[in-house]
Amino acid sequence: MIALLVRDLRLAFRAGGGFGLGLGFFLILAVLVPLGVGPAPQILATIAPGVLWVGALLACLLSLDRLFALDHEDGSLDLLATAPVPLEGLVAIKAFAHWLTTGLPLVVAAPVLGVLLNLPGPAFFWLVLSLLLGTPALSVIGAFGAALTVGLKRGGLLLSLLVLPLYVPTLIFGAEVVSRGAQGLTVGTPLALLAGITAGSAALLPFAAALAIRINLR
Amino acid sequence: MTSRSQPSTLWEYANPVRFMRLSDWLLPACAVAALVLSAIGLIWGFFFTPDDFRQGATVKILFLHVPAALMAINAWIMMLVASLIWLIRRHHVSALAARAAAPVGAVMTLIALYTGAVWGQPMWGTWWAWDPRLTSFLILFLFYLGYMALWSAIEDGDTAADLTAVLCLVGSVFALLSRYAAFFWSQGLHQGASLSLQPGTRMDWAYKAPLYISMTGFGLIFLALVLAGTRTEIRSRRMKALMARERMQG
Repeated sequence: MIALLVRDLRLAFRAGGGFGLGLGFFLILAVLVPLGVGPAPQILATIAPGVLWVGALLACLLSLDRLFALDHEDGSLDLLATAPVPLEGLVAIKAFAHWLTTGLPLVVAAPVLGVLLNLPGPAFFWLVLSLLLGTPALSVIGAFGAALTVGLKRGGLLLSLLVLPLYVPTLIFGAEVVSRGAQGLTVGTPLALLAGITAGSAALLPFAAALAIRINLR
Repeated sequence: MTSRSQPSTLWEYANPVRFMRLSDWLLPACAVAALVLSAIGLIWGFFFTPDDFRQGATVKILFLHVPAALMAINAWIMMLVASLIWLIRRHHVSALAARAAAPVGAVMTLIALYTGAVWGQPMWGTWWAWDPRLTSFLILFLFYLGYMALWSAIEDGDTAADLTAVLCLVGSVFALLSRYAAFFWSQGLHQGASLSLQPGTRMDWAYKAPLYISMTGFGLIFLALVLAGTRTEIRSRRMKALMARERMQG
């Protein structure tokens, strides 16, 4: 399993692996929004938490379709499925690798983009914390969506249609944490619910995703 | 068990032949009853109920809005049950019924959203508000879209049935989560439940009676459409099988 993690990370970092694509997308989105809505600091400060969360979510979505599709194309997914390691574990590891290459860079980059969007001072800590707690859920949910569409030739668009509704609770709680943090309110409840969603989906969704992969490989 | 014996359990209708025989008479009966009941409910509701003392005549859209919203949710629940039956017992009729229910549920969701907007404009002064109930219905609509898109994207019937069933199960959990997330977000404009099993009337029988008739009518409309859709699916599968057989011979 560690070997698989290392392999996935290496594939992602090499040329054409798509590492940094999501990050670049996130950066461009954070630049485009002020250009679109105008540079008024007050407005930017109000919408910054939501924009950053939506941006993180879309950036995550961008690299999902290659999560299983590439392995499916060259046949290595069949090999992985017949390996002695349980498929559920493989899905979890692949989702984890996806998070390390997509989610974690977003978490690191988010404060910088927060400056661009005039995010209020106290919210920075909560932004990083909520992304840190929330983005693993995005990767796992996305892995489930990718597993559903792995057999399709052009699954990318369908994948976003399937996955985006599933992202709704994560987005609501994540953005709520940041905007409450920005106003100096207590953030305990949404933060706990966000962590709960991450824990629940990380525990259960690999099973659903593995089931979907087995159906697709049948 | 001989093939001529009377069906003793519901499971026997998992046999497509039995299902077709049953729906031969059940479908027209349902369709007629649905038309009659919803016509009675809607006409009674629209023309023979008193105006509300605060909301005036606008309240009458209730007789369209509430049954549609009810069926929008119940259609998803029915799909959930049918998906579970398919995953556990592998009855094809069940999977096809789930497929047939999705467009009906999506249209019911749209009707509920549209009538809600029409009602909300004079009452709340806005067509749309990011109210929890409205938001969760919009999200439900997106779930229907994704479900139908997945069905139509996969060519192999059984694979599609399996994958959509899994999506339906996972989607149900997330739809519920989204609903509570949206409620957490704000309390909203939408009124609470008007109908309740608990004693203490919130709504007069002058409204309740046509509303219940209309709700029954909408339930039957849903049933009739699902039956018709399932029959179409079964026939199209038979056609495919026949064509495959002819190609084998020819």
